Amino acid sequence: MEFSRLFELFIAASLINNFVFTRYLGLCIFFGVTRRMETAVGMSVTFTSVMVISAALNWAIYRFIMIPLGLGFLEIVIFIGVVAGFVQAADTIMRKVSPGLYYKLGIYLALITTNCIILAVPLMNVAEAYNFIESIIFGLGSGIGFSLAMVIMASIREKLELADVPRAFQGLPISFILTGLIALAFLGFSGLIKL
Amino acid sequence: MNGKISYWELFINGIFGENPVFRLALSLCPAVAVTNSVRNGLLMGIAVLFVQTMANVTTSLIRKFIHPKVRIPSYMFIIATWVTVTDLAMAAYARDVYAQMGLYIKLIVAFAIILSRAEVFASKNRVIPSFFDGLGMGSGFMLALVIIGFFRELLGKGSVWGYQIIQTNPLLIMILPAGGFFAVGILMGFFNWIDMKYFGGKGAGGAGGH
Repeated sequence: MEFSRLFELFIAASLINNFVFTRYLGLCIFFGVTRRMETAVGMSVTFTSVMVISAALNWAIYRFIMIPLGLGFLEIVIFIGVVAGFVQAADTIMRKVSPGLYYKLGIYLALITTNCIILAVPLMNVAEAYNFIESIIFGLGSGIGFSLAMVIMASIREKLELADVPRAFQGLPISFILTGLIALAFLGFSGLIKL
Repeated sequence: MNGKISYWELFINGIFGENPVFRLALSLCPAVAVTNSVRNGLLMGIAVLFVQTMANVTTSLIRKFIHPKVRIPSYMFIIATWVTVTDLAMAAYARDVYAQMGLYIKLIVAFAIILSRAEVFASKNRVIPSFFDGLGMGSGFMLALVIIGFFRELLGKGSVWGYQIIQTNPLLIMILPAGGFFAVGILMGFFNWIDMKYFGGKGAGGAGGH
């Protein structure tokens, strides 16, 4: 059944192949913004929406422009251009239409342009030959999975500020080790469904 | 740079002074964690080295023709072009590794270190110094990847470059995704500790991270 396949895809993208914990992607943002819960949530919202839209946009461009012209080998160059252009446009439109929202999320938009996750979603969609709906579900699942990771990490790091960490391990090193522990826990999801 | 710094110093700076992974804490992204063996680390490192060097040279060659307002997008396209070249070459000549790491090779394009070297160094310097800067930075990155790959392969499989060395039950966890985080975290802590103990550093290195 079509729906159950989409649901499996969603679960696989968000939990089993979680971008941070099993694919190592988006670590820069992940470690950068998880110091405070508020920024982590803001980033999650921005990221998930950009991922879904960019998945749809890049699918259309790949299907209707790049395949007919035989430009498949230029996928990296074209996708990065599309994402950068789209983020820039969203930035400008948001500033005009909804300054309140821009004030909250604008800074995150600027960071997104050259992020590995945003680029990985369309590349994976192409590699797995997903159709339009599947691409969007994959983008959504990945976004939710990334948000989950950031919220978990932010809440742990808020506690971590009170902990007595050895000086050499303060900052990034301890965060890496923490992430490793969470990744271990996420291994438990790997038996959830068979793909 | 005013020409007084020798090419050798530029090269060494990338490996020790400003090692992208352990000192600058840049580009901690996928490549670092995806290396679960020495061989993978070396190949990934070569890819980064090539892209970094070529992107630096290209940026430096055309730096006078790029309008300052569009410089970042221009650098992105230069890097994307060289990543495509690497990607296609790897797909053709290193099939088995490419099957595992293809996605990560493509994502070299999003590495902060490459863009930042193009912006900080290559856009202001002539071709030859840029070449050596790229070579140094790329080699520093490669070295870090090989070290991480070495530890993970040794602990996770008990082997180095495929040759069995230790004959006990290995720590399987080290070659799983989670082990990558442990390896990087512990190595970074170790480098910080050495820095604090022997070079009087303040520790807490890599607070930025990108």
